[in-house]
Amino acid sequence: MACRTCLWLLGTTFFTCTVRLVVEGTEVGATQGSHPEPGVVGSNHSQAGGGHGSSISGIQIVTFKWHHVEAPYLIALWILVAGVSKMVVELNHNLTSVIPESALLIIIGWILGGIIYGADKMQTFTLTPTVFFFYLLPQVILDAGYFMPNKLFFSNMGAILVYAVIGTCWNAATVGLGLWGCWLGGAMGDIDIGLLQFLLFGSLIAAVDPVAVIAVFEEVHVNEVLFIMVFGESLLNDGVTVVLFNVFDAFVSLGGAEIDAVEIIKGIISFFVVAFGGSLVGIIFALLISLLTRCTKNIQIIEPGFIFILGYLSYLTAEMLSLSAILSIVFCGICCQKYINANMDERSVTTVRYVMKVLANGSETIIFVFLGISAIDPAVWVWNTGFILLTLLFIFVFRFIGVFLLTWILNKYRLVPLEFIDQVVMSYGGLRGAVAYGLVAMLDENKFKEKNLMVSTTLIVVYFTVMLQGITMKPLVTWLKVKRAAVTELTLAEKIQNRTFDHMLVAIEDISGQIGHNYMRDKWHNFEERWLCWFLMKPSARKSRDYIFNIFHQLNLKDAMSYVKEVRATHKVRESHDNLILQDIVPSVCLDMHEQDLTMRESEDFNAHHLLQQHLYRGRKQVLKHRYSRSHLETNRDENEVQEIFQRTMRSRLESFKSAKMGVAPAKKIQTKHQKKDKPQKVRGEGTFSPFLHVRPHSHPLIGNVMSLSTSLLGFETTSTATIFPLSFNLLLNLFLQIDQSQ
Amino acid sequence: MGSTNSTLSKIPNVEELMQETGFTPAHIVRLYDRFEALDKEKTGHLRPQDFGAINRLAMNPIGDRIIGAFFSPGQETVDFHSFVRILAHFRPADKKHPKDPSMPEPVNSRTSKLKFAFQLYDQDKDGKISRAELLQVLRSMLEMQVTEEQLESIADRTIQEADLDKDDAISFEEFRKSLEKVNIDHKMSIRFLR
Repeated sequence: MACRTCLWLLGTTFFTCTVRLVVEGTEVGATQGSHPEPGVVGSNHSQAGGGHGSSISGIQIVTFKWHHVEAPYLIALWILVAGVSKMVVELNHNLTSVIPESALLIIIGWILGGIIYGADKMQTFTLTPTVFFFYLLPQVILDAGYFMPNKLFFSNMGAILVYAVIGTCWNAATVGLGLWGCWLGGAMGDIDIGLLQFLLFGSLIAAVDPVAVIAVFEEVHVNEVLFIMVFGESLLNDGVTVVLFNVFDAFVSLGGAEIDAVEIIKGIISFFVVAFGGSLVGIIFALLISLLTRCTKNIQIIEPGFIFILGYLSYLTAEMLSLSAILSIVFCGICCQKYINANMDERSVTTVRYVMKVLANGSETIIFVFLGISAIDPAVWVWNTGFILLTLLFIFVFRFIGVFLLTWILNKYRLVPLEFIDQVVMSYGGLRGAVAYGLVAMLDENKFKEKNLMVSTTLIVVYFTVMLQGITMKPLVTWLKVKRAAVTELTLAEKIQNRTFDHMLVAIEDISGQIGHNYMRDKWHNFEERWLCWFLMKPSARKSRDYIFNIFHQLNLKDAMSYVKEVRATHKVRESHDNLILQDIVPSVCLDMHEQDLTMRESEDFNAHHLLQQHLYRGRKQVLKHRYSRSHLETNRDENEVQEIFQRTMRSRLESFKSAKMGVAPAKKIQTKHQKKDKPQKVRGEGTFSPFLHVRPHSHPLIGNVMSLSTSLLGFETTSTATIFPLSFNLLLNLFLQIDQSQ
Repeated sequence: MGSTNSTLSKIPNVEELMQETGFTPAHIVRLYDRFEALDKEKTGHLRPQDFGAINRLAMNPIGDRIIGAFFSPGQETVDFHSFVRILAHFRPADKKHPKDPSMPEPVNSRTSKLKFAFQLYDQDKDGKISRAELLQVLRSMLEMQVTEEQLESIADRTIQEADLDKDDAISFEEFRKSLEKVNIDHKMSIRFLR
């Protein structure tokens, strides 16, 4: 199987090269020059295409119209090759858990590059900046923005901004100045370069790369705060990178003499303009998308397309206005996710999610493969030991220093301080990637005599960080965190207790309002609920957003009660034969062991452990962990769980209230349906709140009618979910009592 | 800092509270703000419905039990002192202070935390977790597809593992012993905001 796919892969590449060679050999007329890269339409091929017009000797039944299809064919072929490479890489899971996928893809890129070079004697396919920045990067970043855990991101925004802006500036300055100093000191020999060029190089190599970060942190499951720090930084530092790159590029063009205070001030201002302007463009497009999805009820089939098109447009618009394109598309994704998820039909939402992942994964694969291929090009390689080694050293060391320094300052103001180990991982996780390579390839050779040196160094830096740091990241994380011996199998009591603790912590956090209501956040929530949701979401979507509405619409007590009765009645029947439920719950291994007639105790024990493993409710915190993943989409299991728990809690509360209320003051009148907001009715003097009373559920014949009546009563709009809960609760309670009294 | 002081002066016996629980003034102020936010009618006491207004708690399988833990037996309301005292259980343990045998056990020590957890199970406060009580907890934490007899078998096994004196119930000592290997301080602490 492995051999076959490898052969297929090699075959595809050979096919690509030979086709090109053959075609070029037989071409009549002007031959094309060096780089027909995928994505660049070879317009001068069209003249040779088909060859109609000039000399037809007779009707040709079949013609070989290579030039007709060359460009799209090569593109499609390369995408196929990248896909097959990914398949090859994923064949062996043991390998991918040690070496991150990105590293393996780069290696495959090297192999392919070697083949192509061998066939062509030059590197015909490289990762050009145009292709990279326009066709490969946007979907990766859109994916990052769309799936961004907003709450986490915005609550850590301050720290992220500090790292992104100040950290990147620090890195750029120190690396640039450090290299310049060493050059002055003669460590690099004789190269035609100056301070400004060093600073430019520093600025493009300083930026942490989002693609690489995702690719590596995917395997390593670090805690969410740490992840969002590195990830957020990698996304937001584009604002700084773009500005620094452009500013220093302009400075180099101007020459050293022209730089004065005015230019520097202009540079600083341009940072703010670029960063905020880019974000603003993104937000505008997010608004557009949300508004658009509000009206697409009749064209649900192409609804998903809008987000991709508009996201891409936001990227291009920002690029056109020379603002930060990455920031634009990130904020577009971040801001629109909530509204389009609410507005669009569920199937459209699923489509968007999956297509987003396909595009992002595909792009990432292509990027890494081409990063590998681009290296196999002797024309590009200039080796300067001093330059390269010093660069590696500086980016590593200065990153550590920068992160520790900034964290020390931040921890004074932060609510939850970042630990030492987190800082180490954060420094070590500052990976450079394709963005740096794309930027360096964009340099003008005439202005930058040492462009090839910089390209080589960048490639080496990228390989070093992605491969070495990628491979060692997981062991490092494990080594730093786990200082004790391996854990033995937990006892049942410990398992249950662990889960209880998780739930407990979540509850206490909610009660004490730890992750939550800041004054500003509260204000923002209120503003958002009142104005934005009204503006951007469909009315039907707004209603169903409210948890309580959801649950009450689904909470059919009659069904629930009868279900419980059914389970109790039929469990006697179940123990007699291997029924479906038992087979679902207990893995087949257990059943085999049953058959082999082990002692009752052992199998019981086994059953118990497996049962717990499968059926304990996960705590909410665990659901939130590892939320962002490139290849893994969370299924809706947690939503069902949440609803189940919620239903239970509601049921038990209602039952206890009912039991407490029985025989006490007569129920109040049911209010008939009306539009205006009701004042919450507090039922006073209810007696002890004891949800632990396990009351036997009664069966009410009128429950169905009651439920529909109550749901229509709850049909009026409220602005605050906090009031509706006791309100609806009490209403329902009154209804119950009304029914009870009337029986 | 000015607002902190003014808020602090509103709370009665705040010095004693800080001493007992180990919270800093900033923490206390924060918790007081939260208390007031929950106490919609400004009575100075919280009732179960006020806790019930926290939506997310309804989605927690043991949410109601935790709410119940705030109320001492027989009491219907929680004042700010009790609120803070319960929350103090979840402070990370102070590593710096040496163990002073003459002082009473601090609220956030391992033993106190375990006692709190024990009380969640032991509803009738007889000092033991009986089989029925364990069943109740399990029932709330396991999904609905689990049948009654499976629940019972799990409960039986759990008691068997932990019960050393064979009285078919788990006392506090047995509870503590069964959790020796668990890092309680890590599992039962949240970092409070400054």
